[in-house]
Amino acid sequence: MRTMNRTDSVIKVQDLTLAYGDIVIQKALNFEVRRGDIFVIMGGSGCGKSTLLMHLIGLQKPLHGDIFYGKERLWGVSSEQREQLLRKVGVLFQSGALLSSMTLAENIALPLAEFTALSKKEIDQTVSYKLALVGLAGFEGYYPSEISGGMQKRAGLARAMALDPEILYFDEPSAGLDPISAQLLDELIQSLRDSLGATIIMVTHELASIFAIGTHSIFLDSEAKTAIAFGSPDQLLKTSQDPRVLNFLTRGHPERAGQGVRHE
Amino acid sequence: MSNAAALNGEDFNPMTEGLRDGQRLSLDVTRLGVWDSYLMIALIDVMRRCHDRHIGVDTSGLPKGMAALLELSSRVPERTDAIKGVAHRAWLERLGESARSVWLDGFFLTQFIGESATSMVALITGRARFRPIDLWLQIQACGPSALPIVTLISLLVGLILAFVGAVQLALFGAELYMADLVSLGMTREMGALMTAIIMAGRSGAAFAAQMGTMNVNLEISALRVMGFTASDFLVLPRMLALILVMPFLGLYADLMGIIGGGIVAISFFDIPLTQFIQRTSESVHLTDFFIGLFKCSLFGVLIALAGCFRGIQCGRSASAVGEAATSAVVTSIVFIVVADSVVTLICHRLGI
Repeated sequence: MRTMNRTDSVIKVQDLTLAYGDIVIQKALNFEVRRGDIFVIMGGSGCGKSTLLMHLIGLQKPLHGDIFYGKERLWGVSSEQREQLLRKVGVLFQSGALLSSMTLAENIALPLAEFTALSKKEIDQTVSYKLALVGLAGFEGYYPSEISGGMQKRAGLARAMALDPEILYFDEPSAGLDPISAQLLDELIQSLRDSLGATIIMVTHELASIFAIGTHSIFLDSEAKTAIAFGSPDQLLKTSQDPRVLNFLTRGHPERAGQGVRHE
Repeated sequence: MSNAAALNGEDFNPMTEGLRDGQRLSLDVTRLGVWDSYLMIALIDVMRRCHDRHIGVDTSGLPKGMAALLELSSRVPERTDAIKGVAHRAWLERLGESARSVWLDGFFLTQFIGESATSMVALITGRARFRPIDLWLQIQACGPSALPIVTLISLLVGLILAFVGAVQLALFGAELYMADLVSLGMTREMGALMTAIIMAGRSGAAFAAQMGTMNVNLEISALRVMGFTASDFLVLPRMLALILVMPFLGLYADLMGIIGGGIVAISFFDIPLTQFIQRTSESVHLTDFFIGLFKCSLFGVLIALAGCFRGIQCGRSASAVGEAATSAVVTSIVFIVVADSVVTLICHRLGI
């Protein structure tokens, strides 16, 4: 088991500029994610949250700046090195992004078969275990199209966890889920962090999740094109003076900021 | 406003026409029965006119729901910068842009071919990351299931070749040579060409649609995060499947075409079967077969490249997947015909 040292910086983002072609989405981003954090990237729709995620997981090259995993750079190194770094990362995409031509078991077995020396039997056992963790025991033979959206998302999580990653990314984990499923997923994320010692980074604008499990956060703003607030969500709600942040965290009723909005 | 059924926007114009600066318009709907969005549209229009002419509007006579809707529709001001005008561009600019997109297309295609070639090398050195089962599934999808359509098309092409040839050859009383024409035509040219065009429509379009949909669902992104490249995991099995399957399909098409020609020769031109077989075996050499089979494999590579390239390039919408499939077929057929001409020219120069 990994040692939990709270001061470890797992990811460090340095002067990052994100762009699509010539259009700058976000600039001058600087932040650190520490081991064991549930780090929330929040902000209104279209502010570049998902774009930032794409950069963090190496799918898009930043226009400027770099991302450090521990001490190692993600960009400015060869693609083999980048791939090596990303081996300790798991990603749950918004819709699950399971390979639709494969069963759930085949989906989860894919990284196991490629990147571990496990035998066929051991892989099968691991697959069943991971599916059981997300509450899908017995669904090995199902195709993604045969199960509901919430189940697809959980199966996607099982695949993201296949290689016991140190860092788990979530893109809008509770989008499209009913309140109870969303709450269960939140609890699952939290217990994964606690039991596996993983670091969680999630992109979301779901206030309930943000306050329930977020330990740190940055707030991206589409007008300023950069992060305008840092800190734990609870702290931000109490102390932030920025109307944009307060409006977001209180669903447009900043006057209720001190009254425990999240419990309404 | 009692006669709601007969109201429309124009009916309100006279109401505002007669008003002057400083006057107020008061709205009273006490006798209004049922109303819908058209009334609201008309009211919004009236209020806008009044606003432009600095005439106050008293909405206190409106029912609560109507007032709330009016308020809601004007709460967020219209974003004038958000309206998409029809961009008017000079023809030179449009020409330049199309030229640039052709250039970029070629650039990305070259890059894609490079990546696929790297994957081929990785395959030979045993480092390619793909599931062997995918190769078998693709072979099955491309090969045996294409047999019925290949049978039909090749048989008919053989038939057509025989008829067209025989009519001309009959002028010289040389109908017997239709056997040479059909068998040489099929083995060197038509067998490979027709198979390739069938496969471009069947498998090329399927590849593009599959990979386009995977792109839409972010499956390709998920693969990349897991350390698989699209060129290894998706392109390689498809390309290998076509390289392996196409020669067999081509050979089968040759046979079917010759049978088609034979049917015409025997039943319409009274050429004995033995003579037809003898002429065929005398005219077709092993080289002709090999040229045909080589073409088949080459076309297989081109179809897989075009199909997968268009699929990976695909945008993230349902119509983009359709466009990807269409353009995969068009690109494949262009590639096939150009490559066929080049090979034929080379063979002619080399004298084989």
